[in-house]
Amino acid sequence: MSALDAAIAPVVTDPALATASERQPRKLRAAARRKQTIVRWIVLGLVAIFMILPLAGLIDFSTRLLNGKRTGRSWATVIDLDKLNAAAPDLVEGFKVTIALCLVTAGLTVLLLVPTMTWIRLRVPHVSKLVEFLCLLPLTIPAIVLVVGLGPIYRGIAHLLGTGNIWLTFVYVILAFPYAYRSIDAGLAAIDVKTLSEAARTLGCSFPAVIMRIVLPNIRAAVLGAMFLTIALCLGEYTVAYLLSKNNLSVALFNLGLSASGDPRLTAAVSLILLVFGFLVMFGFSFLGNTRRMKKGK
Amino acid sequence: MRVVTTRSALSRTGVIAGLAVLALTASACGSSSTTATAPTTSSSSSPAAASAPSVASSSAPSASSAAPSSAASSAAPGSSTAPGSSSASGTPGDSKTATSLADFGGMDKLVAAANKEGALNVIALPPEWSDYKEVIAGFQKKYPGIKLTSQQPDISSAQEIQAADTTKGTDQAPDVFDLGAAVTLANLDHFAPYKVAAWNDIPAANKEATGLWFNDYTGVMTVGYNSDALGKDMTSLEDLKDPALKGAVALDGDPTQANEGLLAVVFASVANGGSLDDISKGVDFFKSLKAAGTLSTAKASLQLVSAGKINAIVGWSFNQLPITAAGTANGFTWKTFTPKGVNLGSFYNQAINKDAPHPAAARLWQEYLYTAEAQNFWIKGGALPILYSSMQKAGTIDTTAAKSLPVIEGEIAQMTSDQTTKANAYIKANWAKAIS
Amino acid sequence: MSATVVAPPAVAPRSGGDGRLRRMKPLLGVAPFLLYTALFLLVPTAIVVIGAFQGDGGSFTLANFSALFGQSVILEALLRSIVLSVVSAVIGAVVGAVVAYFLSTAPPSGLLRKLVTSASSVLAQFSGVMLAFAFIFSFTGRTGLVSRTLNSWFGVPEPDVNYFASLIGLIIVYAYFQIPLMVIIFLPAVDGIRPQWREATESLGGSTWVFWRRVAGPLLTPSFLGALLLLFANAFSAFATAAALVGLGSPLITLQISNALTSETGLGAPNLAKAEALIMVVIVAIVMAGYYWIQKRSSRWLG
Repeated sequence: MSALDAAIAPVVTDPALATASERQPRKLRAAARRKQTIVRWIVLGLVAIFMILPLAGLIDFSTRLLNGKRTGRSWATVIDLDKLNAAAPDLVEGFKVTIALCLVTAGLTVLLLVPTMTWIRLRVPHVSKLVEFLCLLPLTIPAIVLVVGLGPIYRGIAHLLGTGNIWLTFVYVILAFPYAYRSIDAGLAAIDVKTLSEAARTLGCSFPAVIMRIVLPNIRAAVLGAMFLTIALCLGEYTVAYLLSKNNLSVALFNLGLSASGDPRLTAAVSLILLVFGFLVMFGFSFLGNTRRMKKGK
Repeated sequence: MRVVTTRSALSRTGVIAGLAVLALTASACGSSSTTATAPTTSSSSSPAAASAPSVASSSAPSASSAAPSSAASSAAPGSSTAPGSSSASGTPGDSKTATSLADFGGMDKLVAAANKEGALNVIALPPEWSDYKEVIAGFQKKYPGIKLTSQQPDISSAQEIQAADTTKGTDQAPDVFDLGAAVTLANLDHFAPYKVAAWNDIPAANKEATGLWFNDYTGVMTVGYNSDALGKDMTSLEDLKDPALKGAVALDGDPTQANEGLLAVVFASVANGGSLDDISKGVDFFKSLKAAGTLSTAKASLQLVSAGKINAIVGWSFNQLPITAAGTANGFTWKTFTPKGVNLGSFYNQAINKDAPHPAAARLWQEYLYTAEAQNFWIKGGALPILYSSMQKAGTIDTTAAKSLPVIEGEIAQMTSDQTTKANAYIKANWAKAIS
Repeated sequence: MSATVVAPPAVAPRSGGDGRLRRMKPLLGVAPFLLYTALFLLVPTAIVVIGAFQGDGGSFTLANFSALFGQSVILEALLRSIVLSVVSAVIGAVVGAVVAYFLSTAPPSGLLRKLVTSASSVLAQFSGVMLAFAFIFSFTGRTGLVSRTLNSWFGVPEPDVNYFASLIGLIIVYAYFQIPLMVIIFLPAVDGIRPQWREATESLGGSTWVFWRRVAGPLLTPSFLGALLLLFANAFSAFATAAALVGLGSPLITLQISNALTSETGLGAPNLAKAEALIMVVIVAIVMAGYYWIQKRSSRWLG
């Protein structure tokens, strides 16, 4: 195993590192560089303000009573799980469902795409156009259109597997295809799948072993990128869940917003918490791609 | 290098997507047969449904053909004989075909059968909607052996039927429905007939003769408003044009979509010289609100009321009640106003799913709903239950709960199915134009 | 685990079977993917397409389309959806591209880049009640942070809650998720612009303008148009946010579809929903075709 890794290591290309090394020798004049930096910060700053204002508004509102006085009530509820459960029972359930959906969907997407796309490169390159087309097709078919046709399919699923919210994952995988495909395709393009797998198979690896031990470790960054986008998609999905009468985080939050007795400040606080949570997940995820190099380095 | 890759990938996307759509379209035009289609809900009502729920009575839906009020008290075990049933049903003990308590051999047997099933699925019952929270809790407390699942509390009546179709044949199918009139009449083939013990206390006009559906409760259309925002008490619907309510007068649901929204338009029509047959005055009224700048086209998320963004809602009396409570908690005063003589209601209906996975529990749920206990919960939630007048006679009304009810002078008017069809057609043709 | 790897070469089992079988066998590797896609993508799409041409009884009819084209409400909703999608896509694409460019000039594995891409991927999916409330609570009425501040500083009248149910309001809200989406999808493209090219342009006497006009612009145009297209499709199919903002009328095509599916007042019509859905697909297809045409022309021009 370690021998194989060593053999493969030189082939690995990390696009980020490659561009970094190429950037090093640039010798822009210092003044132009400084000017560019200033413009960069101004532009990023203005967009950041537009992006942050609504969130600041949420924070402000979540702590403000109608008469202008401040209250920490909603945040006290959010922090206390028991209280939150009492105030918004669907929410905690929806949260669990969404987390499960994120994990299962990300896993299923990779499980479906990586072997298929590897196999195509190895054995049947002439169907690559078809697969690419199918993967990108969901971009042209709005989710709400897909839902209209999914009724009978989900009737079948209800019979075979039950009506659990988790089966939303089947549609989510489809919705994630376009994003995941591009990421994984770029990853596979960067390595010589054919040579690597020929070598591995000469050494007696089965196809699953090739995927697990050769392909996946080499396109790890691309796979993580695909999972990254898939998880982001699952965290916020509403349309399909609502129209298939299922519960997830977005649906639960929507219903919380509609309920009269619920405190809108609580909804605001929950929205913010979820946003921060999503951000932290994504931020943490963005470091995962780098850790590999450190571990392998020793 | 990267740029080139991206470009070619995208260009391919363009071609293939375009081709695919053409191919799909072509294949669809060519093919005439298909096995899988979504459920089609026909809007034409069957002849059996011609007797649409309609009631006109004093102060409450009363049984003019005064039935004995014996069954009003909560579920007397085995005593009820459930008149007018049992003849056509199957073998005793077959819960799926049972049309009354007698088919089970009495209340005890029904409870035993339901306990044996051990579960019940109810659907589309929002906890705040006419205090369903307590109704559900009451059932659970009374029958702890039955695991009650409240599915999809916030979906529409139409979605209830869709959910039943989707889950047909599984143990997750809804056992019972709570439906608006239009959806009820369009889906009679989904229901199993059953007559609760209190059957005779339900006026003939408020039930389908064989027990496919029966009325459960109605709200009364009313205007709820934030009197702090308005700065005075409302005395006429014209107050909804007050600049103090700029952009803050909402309907709880679009009339093309929700029963409640439709009735709000009818309500405004009746209050402005129209009638149940002529709702144009109602559409005109909301058009004038739009012109006055007070109509809110934003989603009337009820939380926006507590947020001070929506300050008046035309909707069911029972939906105003939770806002009143929210007002107490959030420091504003929510009052209701109903123009004199405009008492508009629309009964919702109970029905048992023909394909109920828990047929006995479904029937037990219906028996429970038509006890004084459950009916009093509805009253507490601001809704007027169908057994109100028989309970009045029996003296079983919870007087504290009754304070939640709107004060109604005169009769409650209901639309017939013909009037509803006409109103829908008018809304379809005129509503979007009026408010855009 | 590592023990299994060291085994004698096993080449033989792969090349078994006769000619035809050998040709078919590799396709089996794609079968799971094809089956899955057929079940959850192609069949539902076919159901929509077929249903669009069916009446209540299942017979062939064009009534759904005559109903669709006969109602000015639906056509207006379609038009409004297109306007909203185009405008929000253009705003999102331009602003997002600029942000992506500036981000690409920052160190690639630096914290700023990680922060922005993480935030963008979350905000690109930020929708529904959360987004609606964020805008309503920030920009409307006396309780809104921004509206309140602007009012007390400059006397700007506070917009009411209706503002974000209007077309302009929706465009602003849509831009909020379009910009971050553009940042994510456009970043790889601008990463491909090498600083060396700029240096080369400058050493040949070219200004920044020349660099953009002659070098980076033509190189990025196809990716930019592709991203613009994706943003259009994203806005066109967006539903959750509009559903959370708009209460009366169904001014967008996605809201019309939802209405046809869930209406409880007897106006529901599943097959009308399918016809509306098909029209949506056709429009995206037309836009795709238009994109392809531009693409072909521009590649000839680049020639």
